[in-house]
Amino acid sequence: MTTLPTSTDRKLGLVIDLDTCVGCHACVISCKGWNTENYGAPLADEDPYGADPAGTFLNRVHSYEVQPETGATQLIHFPKSCLHCTDAPCVTVCPTGASYKRVEDGIVLVNESDCIGCGLCAWACPYGARELDAAEGVMKKCTLCVDRIYNAHLPEEDRVPACVRTCPAGARHFGDFADPESHVSRLTAERGGIDLMPEQETRPVNKYLPPRPKDRLQEQVDILAPLLAPVSEDSAGFFGWLDKALDRLPGAPSKDETR
Amino acid sequence: MPHTQPSLDLSPPVSDEIRKTTCYMCACRCGINVHIKDGKVAYIEGNRDHPVNKGVLCAKGSAGIMQHNAPSRLRRPLRRVGPRGSGEFQEISWDDALSIACGWLENIRHDAPEKLAFFTGRDQSQSFTSFWAQNYGTPNYAAHGGFCSVNMAAGGIYTMGGAFWEFGQPDWDHTRLFMLFGVAEDHDSNPIKMGLGKLKARGARVIGVNPIRSGYNAVADEWVGITPGTDGLFVLALIHCLIKAGKIDLDYLSRYTNAPVLLDQETGLFLRDDDGKPLVRDRRGGAVCAFDTPGIYPDLNASHDGHRTVFQHMAERYLSPEHAPEAVAAQCGIPAERIRAIAAELARVAFDEAFEIACEWTDFRGETHSSMTGRPVSMHAMRGVSAHSNGFQTCRALHVLQILLGTVEVPGGFRFKPPYPKPAEAHPTPHCWARPDAPLDGPHLGFVRGPEDLALKPDGSPARIDKAFTWENPMSAHGLMHMVISNAHAGDPYRIDTLFLYMANMSWNSSMNSGGVMEMLTDTDENGDYVIPHIIYSDAYSSEMVAYADLILPDTTYLERHDCISLLDRPICEADAAADAIRWPVVQPDRDVRGFQTALIQLANRMKLPGFTNDDRSPKWKDYADYIVSHERRPGIGPLAGFRGDGSQSGRGEVNPEQLDRYIENGGFFVNHIPEGAQYYKPWNTAYQEWAVGMGLFDSPQPYLFQLYVEPMRKFQRAAEGDGERQPPDHLRQRIIQTMDPFPIWYPPFEDANVDPDDFPVHALTQRPMAMYHSWGSQNAWLRQLHGHNPLYLPTRLWRQHGFRDGDWARVTSAHGSIVVPVAHHGGLNENTIWTWNAIGKRKGAWALSEDAPEATRGFLLNHLIHELQPPKGDGLRWSNSDPITGQAAWFDLRVKIEKVAAPDECAPAFPPLRSPVGQGPAELTWKVGK
Repeated sequence: MTTLPTSTDRKLGLVIDLDTCVGCHACVISCKGWNTENYGAPLADEDPYGADPAGTFLNRVHSYEVQPETGATQLIHFPKSCLHCTDAPCVTVCPTGASYKRVEDGIVLVNESDCIGCGLCAWACPYGARELDAAEGVMKKCTLCVDRIYNAHLPEEDRVPACVRTCPAGARHFGDFADPESHVSRLTAERGGIDLMPEQETRPVNKYLPPRPKDRLQEQVDILAPLLAPVSEDSAGFFGWLDKALDRLPGAPSKDETR
Repeated sequence: MPHTQPSLDLSPPVSDEIRKTTCYMCACRCGINVHIKDGKVAYIEGNRDHPVNKGVLCAKGSAGIMQHNAPSRLRRPLRRVGPRGSGEFQEISWDDALSIACGWLENIRHDAPEKLAFFTGRDQSQSFTSFWAQNYGTPNYAAHGGFCSVNMAAGGIYTMGGAFWEFGQPDWDHTRLFMLFGVAEDHDSNPIKMGLGKLKARGARVIGVNPIRSGYNAVADEWVGITPGTDGLFVLALIHCLIKAGKIDLDYLSRYTNAPVLLDQETGLFLRDDDGKPLVRDRRGGAVCAFDTPGIYPDLNASHDGHRTVFQHMAERYLSPEHAPEAVAAQCGIPAERIRAIAAELARVAFDEAFEIACEWTDFRGETHSSMTGRPVSMHAMRGVSAHSNGFQTCRALHVLQILLGTVEVPGGFRFKPPYPKPAEAHPTPHCWARPDAPLDGPHLGFVRGPEDLALKPDGSPARIDKAFTWENPMSAHGLMHMVISNAHAGDPYRIDTLFLYMANMSWNSSMNSGGVMEMLTDTDENGDYVIPHIIYSDAYSSEMVAYADLILPDTTYLERHDCISLLDRPICEADAAADAIRWPVVQPDRDVRGFQTALIQLANRMKLPGFTNDDRSPKWKDYADYIVSHERRPGIGPLAGFRGDGSQSGRGEVNPEQLDRYIENGGFFVNHIPEGAQYYKPWNTAYQEWAVGMGLFDSPQPYLFQLYVEPMRKFQRAAEGDGERQPPDHLRQRIIQTMDPFPIWYPPFEDANVDPDDFPVHALTQRPMAMYHSWGSQNAWLRQLHGHNPLYLPTRLWRQHGFRDGDWARVTSAHGSIVVPVAHHGGLNENTIWTWNAIGKRKGAWALSEDAPEATRGFLLNHLIHELQPPKGDGLRWSNSDPITGQAAWFDLRVKIEKVAAPDECAPAFPPLRSPVGQGPAELTWKVGK
């Protein structure tokens, strides 16, 4: 069993905005592309052109329907990857020390050369965030793009996880939660960011911003109704209103003035 | 184990080189950085400098590496050796392939050029392919717009000189209320997501009007689950509320629209002066004068000898109680109070949240304004409202709503992208005069001004195989690709010799009635000859259509080719900049394939087509790259606007032989920003008009008025009433009078009258998943893991009514056919609507997938339920299943009934497997290039 560090210098992670995520899977495929070509073994695809294609993904988007007590059913797009938990059960369960949490930044990684592919960590993770690569027989998981975020070969603005760089809607944010003034800390505070399944006591670093309330316009009909007060009940009256309204326009001197 | 950490290389080299080109995983055309390792494609990401995507990239774009390496790529030219549809081919050389094609094409050209039907599907080079077809001389050319979104494009251009997507975009930085109609996840993919992200970041409100709550509608603050086909009714009710409350922008309507134009009370045509300019009455001086007379203020409420203004007619029309929310609520499936709440919110944001940008500008009447008034309401729509038989008028209604609110081309509203705004009268009219061994008399496609512009032969019969620009659909600006095979097979209006298609999966997901189309393509006459004698097809991949062609010209992937995303065509501009872009071979093909456009040039050179041939009979261009750089459409104006002349000129300039190199150095694109004072009010802004002339978009300033009343439509109505020389056939008179109303109207989708709504009570729709596009994703090892099959989604009411449970199957039946498919429950759905993902279903043997791939067993097409013709009416005529104005394919009119059936082994109908010309893909992928 593997020991977690007592604390980490930084707490790097993601804020994922569930009010903004449109479920486009851009993050899923960008992650697949980067991590197939980079960190460790490629993310394999079994039977890629066959009956049951099954590949390794470090990030997936699930969609859940939610039925409020009243009103229309809602749909939440829910991207899910490793949450880089402070109390990561996937690390403590690891029999070889292959799973570890970095002291510098809190990123949870798998040292593939020490991984025996036993799968205990995937069982221990309450979020289902780890996937055993069928071709290589090692456990794969989100690295928070540890090979991007410090990479001197990349322009500074690109030193973010691939999923964050690519997200078209800007629903994914990367930063240091140990810094209360960071962008991610402020967003979490302003928008009521939440832990996923806090009862599991994993203390995830990643946060989710909840969807804003929906379908409220009709409730405001009393406030809005005066805006639609008719200018007249019939068309003759309407054209009378029109003449006066045109006279009041700043650009159009009245007929009385000009004729 | 104690805590230990291995040492990691945190700065591994990313790639050997980045080559910047343009994505082609959909029609969005984002800039991409292609990382190359050891000469191979290693990773694709968005280009941060690019005007379209600014660095982001969607799932399709990132999965381009799997498209580029797909096992379904065609390898060599193919000649059919088995019967059509069998997939039995022989590989041949390019020289043989071009010789065979030329043999057919030269005979046709010498005999009757209209016997070639050349249609180019999802073509992004239409200014080139149309140039080829024009010089060949056939009138039968178009791309796929007729079965995509021509209603949106034509409705927008006739109304305001542009529409959504490539024509314009919301002012994302200023809008406070964004209203989205119908499925929109497919077009302008990344820009809309980026825009929604901006709105969400500052808490602006999004209203989604769509029978289906998924994708963008899932994050919309308000979801309006409207009944399909009733968007126009809903929009006209909003217009009713706003006019009745006086919540319309009277100053904007007076100055910038034809609302004050005087209508002849006898004819319904505009009163015009001797120069043909529409007349208005000046509210300042009282004179009746041309609309653009300097110094006047046109009077919305004028009358002149009994002739009244467009606005007066319009207000009377829409104030009528038939347009009140209470009158339409049941049909739309939206409570009247909710319609009122939305109308009020539109009014509140447009007028109470109006703002000023201190920026001086001068209008076309010479009046200088000290500021620009922002009205922060914007809208977007695409196929959802387009693909109905009432789609053109619905699109018109939507644009008129925006114009009444004064939100078009103002801060916070909807903004055009160059070369738009461009009114209908600045576009060409259609041309169709085909003669042996001669080019066509002008461009094929255009915007008719009246019956005189229809594409009719002297005997009144259709000049085009698709019957575009006929009385059946006079304003069919993009042609009717969905009618080509059906008409060619029926010999109506005439028989053809060769069908030449590019990038259009017509024997599968790009056709209505896919099974029927397969029969038409393989049908023989009394002599045993194919009814359509020759079929040439170009595709990069082993699509379903390949099996139905006689000759295959294999195209490259998008990373192996030259292309231009041209201002002459469908450019990638932004609202405050003109932009264009290229593709270039960032890697070389490892197969014997050629870019289709290069193949077309080689065919043209063999045939010595005019336009492609110098006076000394030598070819002008050796390949497409040569054409892109050297072709001049007008002196100094070519396919690419950037780096012309000595490399410093934009828009206009001499040919620059190093132009492509300059594009590559610049990241694959070119941008020219519109000056600050010219960025809004473009149709009327003198500074914009001058900039556009300088860029070569126009040769002289083209200010114009927005057309609330579309006079060309009135001209067709008048013809149907008996006026003029060119007369419609009697059976169409009533329909023309009803549908060609110059004001936006709503009428029920034709399907509602063709079938008994009680027998077929359910609306059936498709949407495209954001992560896939058309058929191309099926071969993509990564994307097909996201959407490898497609259940039919049912709303709670139908789910319970039929007692469905997870894992159940249903038979879905339309007036035309039936399918058996898996079902799933979707709560966020209009209670009378079912839907599925478009084009996931594949035929066995296609796309290098195994025959038991889920796409082929649990994926299906709704296309089998939709016929290209309306059901027979007993009059012996063939009524196309299209919008009567534009000919847009009415995919979304579909009505069905549904019943639960025992779970079968696979979806029905199932077709026999095609023989794959490329074999099947590997059993495992561990994709990593370089060290």
